[in-house]
Amino acid sequence: MKTVKYLLIGLVVVVITAFTVQRAFDSGYQVGDMAEDFRLKNIDGKMVSLSDYKDVKGYLVVFTCNSCPYAVAYEDRIIALDKKYKDQGVPVIAINPNNPSIQPKDSYEMMKTRAKEKGFTFPYLIDEDQEIFPKYGATRTPHCFLLEKTPKGNLVRYIGAVDDNYQDASQVNNAYVEQAIDAMLNGQEIEIKNTKAIGCSIKV
Amino acid sequence: MKKILLITCFISVMFGCKTKTDSESDVMASLQATPKEVLNSGDKEIPVYDFDGLAPLLQSPGEKTRIVNFWATWCKPCVAELPHFEEIGKKYKDAGVEVILVSLDFPSKTEESLLPFVKEHNLSSQVVLLDDPRQNEWIPKVDENWSGAIPATVIISQNERSFYEKSFTFKELEAELLKHTDN
Repeated sequence: MKTVKYLLIGLVVVVITAFTVQRAFDSGYQVGDMAEDFRLKNIDGKMVSLSDYKDVKGYLVVFTCNSCPYAVAYEDRIIALDKKYKDQGVPVIAINPNNPSIQPKDSYEMMKTRAKEKGFTFPYLIDEDQEIFPKYGATRTPHCFLLEKTPKGNLVRYIGAVDDNYQDASQVNNAYVEQAIDAMLNGQEIEIKNTKAIGCSIKV
Repeated sequence: MKKILLITCFISVMFGCKTKTDSESDVMASLQATPKEVLNSGDKEIPVYDFDGLAPLLQSPGEKTRIVNFWATWCKPCVAELPHFEEIGKKYKDAGVEVILVSLDFPSKTEESLLPFVKEHNLSSQVVLLDDPRQNEWIPKVDENWSGAIPATVIISQNERSFYEKSFTFKELEAELLKHTDN
């Protein structure tokens, strides 16, 4: 009887572990996880890491690209977020996760062109080895990750969309990212920590 | 006056359907809500729905098997896999399989994107346009595991519902479909 009991317990442990491992592998970071730093090439040729920023309270990491109409629809709003929050200690860091051999519009050269045309006020990095976006669990563009800089590391505070209306910035009811950053900066609980939105799948 | 116009529109939509192939009219019949609008691409009608209008399509189709594919003309992998959905729809039509292509194209840009695309590719599957910006509310209703990246596909049969956030080859799609129809 005892053997059966132990076997059952063993089985439960195995099942739970299997699911946990699967989940971590599949979905990347969850809110509450610590995000790893990276070292990626910016459009000016220099390498950028989160740790390069000394006096910040956090980072808004946005996986985005040139080619996706949803990403393009959000460009102006991402620039506005950077302008609003950089001075408050939360700069935008944009990362293009796409493989340019699949989507030529997302090449390093085209990134430079697009950033210049739009007047990006933030670094626009290329995830050349496509190793960073899977770690974060980014699946689409645009996909935002709000990180808070803490003594223990960069804590993931919000994952999801910029806001709740991709079609029309003037019709936004919930500016998710702004609400999350404001709450974070004021030491308050972030009300909406995860959101979903349609976006282009990342080209691998 | 507006009401009369609406009713006339609705009747003409109904009549329009009657002249279409069987599979198309059946698809339209399963959509209980009146579309917000009906677009025309050549001889094809593309109804426009918000999520509430589309939702009946994601429920069990009774005896049939329904494949609902979320796509957009600007989504490269979506466009690449469309022919497979078209082919499956034709091959299994008599077996009671219906394919619905839910476009997520920008509603303000249908004139230059969706409408010419449907005409040019002469799509035989029913295309509908989903115009509902409150994505965070409806994406989890399609499937709680969906991140929102497209292409994404739902296969629904009487007792089963499967969700896929991935691109399909013809063989893969056929294999997944047969899991449903072989039961």
